[in-house]
Amino acid sequence: MFGPEQGHFALALACVLALIQFVVPLWGAHKRNARLVAMAPFLAVSQLLALAISFFSLIMCAVHDDFSVQNVAANSAASKPLLYKITGVWGNHEGSVLLWTLILGVCGAAVSAFGRNLPDILRGRVLAILGGVSAGFQLFCLLTSNPFDRVFPAPMDGQGMNPLLQDPGLAFHPPILYTGYVGFAVPFAFAVAALLEGRVDAAWGRWVRPWAVAAWCFLTCGIALGSWWSYYVLGWGGYWFWDPVENASLIPWLTGTALVHSAIVVEKREGLKIWTVLLAIATFSFSLSGTFLVRSGILNSVHAFANDPARGVFILALLALVIGGSLALFAWRAPSLTSGGLFSPVSREGSLVLNNILLCSICAVVVTGTMYPPFMQLLAGRTISVGKPFFDAATIPLTIPLLLAMGVGTALPWKRAQLARTFSHLFVAAIIAAVGLVLCFWKFSGALPIACGALAIWVIAASVTDILRRVGLGHSSMSDMVARARNLPRSSWGAALAHIGAGITVLGLCGMSGAQHAIVEIHVGETRSLAGDDWTLLNVHDYAGPNYRAMQADIAIRHNGKLITTLHPEKRDFTTQNQTTTEVAIHTNFITDLYGVVGDRHGTGANATYVLRLHRNPLAPWMWLGGLVMAIGGAFSLSDRRLRVGAPKRAAARNMAQA
Amino acid sequence: MNSTRRGLLTALPIVGAGVLGVGFWKMLQGMESGGFDPRAVKNPNVGRPIPQFAMPGLPGLGDGFTDKELRAETRPVLVNFFASWCIPCVQEMPGLRSISRNMPIWGIAYEDKPENASAFVQRDGTPYARVAADRHGRVAIDWGVTGVPESFLVAPGGRILWHGSAALDPQIYDAEIRPRLAGL
Repeated sequence: MFGPEQGHFALALACVLALIQFVVPLWGAHKRNARLVAMAPFLAVSQLLALAISFFSLIMCAVHDDFSVQNVAANSAASKPLLYKITGVWGNHEGSVLLWTLILGVCGAAVSAFGRNLPDILRGRVLAILGGVSAGFQLFCLLTSNPFDRVFPAPMDGQGMNPLLQDPGLAFHPPILYTGYVGFAVPFAFAVAALLEGRVDAAWGRWVRPWAVAAWCFLTCGIALGSWWSYYVLGWGGYWFWDPVENASLIPWLTGTALVHSAIVVEKREGLKIWTVLLAIATFSFSLSGTFLVRSGILNSVHAFANDPARGVFILALLALVIGGSLALFAWRAPSLTSGGLFSPVSREGSLVLNNILLCSICAVVVTGTMYPPFMQLLAGRTISVGKPFFDAATIPLTIPLLLAMGVGTALPWKRAQLARTFSHLFVAAIIAAVGLVLCFWKFSGALPIACGALAIWVIAASVTDILRRVGLGHSSMSDMVARARNLPRSSWGAALAHIGAGITVLGLCGMSGAQHAIVEIHVGETRSLAGDDWTLLNVHDYAGPNYRAMQADIAIRHNGKLITTLHPEKRDFTTQNQTTTEVAIHTNFITDLYGVVGDRHGTGANATYVLRLHRNPLAPWMWLGGLVMAIGGAFSLSDRRLRVGAPKRAAARNMAQA
Repeated sequence: MNSTRRGLLTALPIVGAGVLGVGFWKMLQGMESGGFDPRAVKNPNVGRPIPQFAMPGLPGLGDGFTDKELRAETRPVLVNFFASWCIPCVQEMPGLRSISRNMPIWGIAYEDKPENASAFVQRDGTPYARVAADRHGRVAIDWGVTGVPESFLVAPGGRILWHGSAALDPQIYDAEIRPRLAGL
């Protein structure tokens, strides 16, 4: 039932449905034919169904070890654990493109399901744009990256999977990250539909924002998870390498964050309309280009996909259609969009404009740093690399005012703020930040970590005090406060949480700037000290795993003679794949990570020495914890949206009941 | 804001995207033709004279060579750093043998045990006119070698004309080396 032929057919069927979904509603909207427009949701749902069958078929091929399917033969093996047979489906180029289109299909179906309160024409156009993008990627999948291609004669066993990828963290990382990337297709489709319609208003801002927030949550989680994976799997002790692939995910995150904020201004003040439309187009365009650049091999990265320039040409053509088409439409139609009223610089909307300027400046820096090497090589024939020093030097000075503004922004009212009153609201937070500054002087070293650390505490304190003030702390009774807390919009709670999360992440980054490490070569029984802890190599023993041989070290860590923990890092040799992996051992108390790696063995017998890498990483877990808190904040504000989106209907029902 | 300025501003994004797009297209074209390699390693010694060195030979393969002997050559020479422990070097061997019919190749065994390097070179017939051993990789540092295999085209008189950091094959020879020989 779910074989490769069925999967292939379902994919082709989905592609045809997507093409119809692209053409028919747009034609219907143009001719004002309601019946044609109303077909869009049905097409979107049936397209998703076909894609789901196709994807499920590919999973079944992998589960049943059908090595006549080229993709399964190249990436799976009979001895692979079932979980990795399933997750391995999207661990390679062809499967991940199919997953990409599947998520796009889910987005379309979600717009059909949750967008019932949208005007029919707008919903039809949004679905049509999504269908068009879908059709393009399904064609790409069918024509250049078909996961269902057969191989003859079928091999007896598959070639297996890169042992580095056999990790639960990485197995679920791509779906989350892709949902973030692809999710921005919905705001993109809303932007294009608005341009076609020639109208952007507060309602549009209200409709587009939940989709942007949802995609943003997934992207935030995806980036945090990826960073965490590189921290505990690669064993370099680092968490972010400014690698092109990482930047490719950070760039849409930055514009996406700007979009989430600028859409509020559209909703509340009918301002920044053209800018918000551009951000929606830009965010999805950056998501697409990131995928393209990584897969074409133009960017020199450690995360290599099999490079194929022919595939690159196809994606580039697709990008030219999607991005070029939408930007051409933007250039043509955007000037006619009416702009909203003027802003006072000191107001909530003024601070959101500042937020957008700073976020987009950081984004411009990251884009420049990422694109400079290939363009330099193309134009001047010189190879250079742009790394951490540039990115740190260029992004941190922009982050400092951003953090400062984050604390002030939520305390400002819309339209026009009275400075004296705002300052009185922020007084407590400022005192806490001043105490934080002293704390940072004590704990961190270097001017930038101290400044950023204090500002992070400022952001957290300002968010907390803002919520407490709104709840009425200090001048209301307990029951009043609970009632007010209940009535406070969920989006306010969400925003506060997201800002607190950002502060936690920045604190983690500041802590990590003081990370210490040592590379030592010692005999069994020897002790080395690192930052006040004594690390003793107790024992090293070899053992054989299911498909590898491992060398495991026992390292005891003592502080002032008291045993803190014993780490067991390993070095594994996967003989069939001729690959070595390191299994990092981490002990965390959520304040400091003790991180041990075992390297090479030199010599034999009692004289053998071992190379160990010892790391002490202060506040490391906070970096990813902050990301999680940000995403939870986003999800919280989403739960508010759904209630609000449903509100007019409920009110209408109530009015009917009263009548 | 007047409407012309507005129109110009809203056209900026597509102009920027267009410039980037053309750049990417050129890069992809270059990757297919071999003219653009994102993983290329540029050697600063290209265009300069070869460094000074004197290296012993490998067992059964002659005496090694010095920079003076390489400078004294009247024909261009391809200098190839290799090692028996390097998989791309094994893959490169058939290509080197076919190139050696057109021009002399001098091999330098990089950080390799002499007996292993000697056996590796002689296994299927040596492509090298002369072979020397850079036992501890010191000479390779002077040449700016970042890994093996790497190859240098040396003009008569000892100037480095070209550097390649990938396994050589007849296609690279035709595209990169042969045109440079014609200019000598």
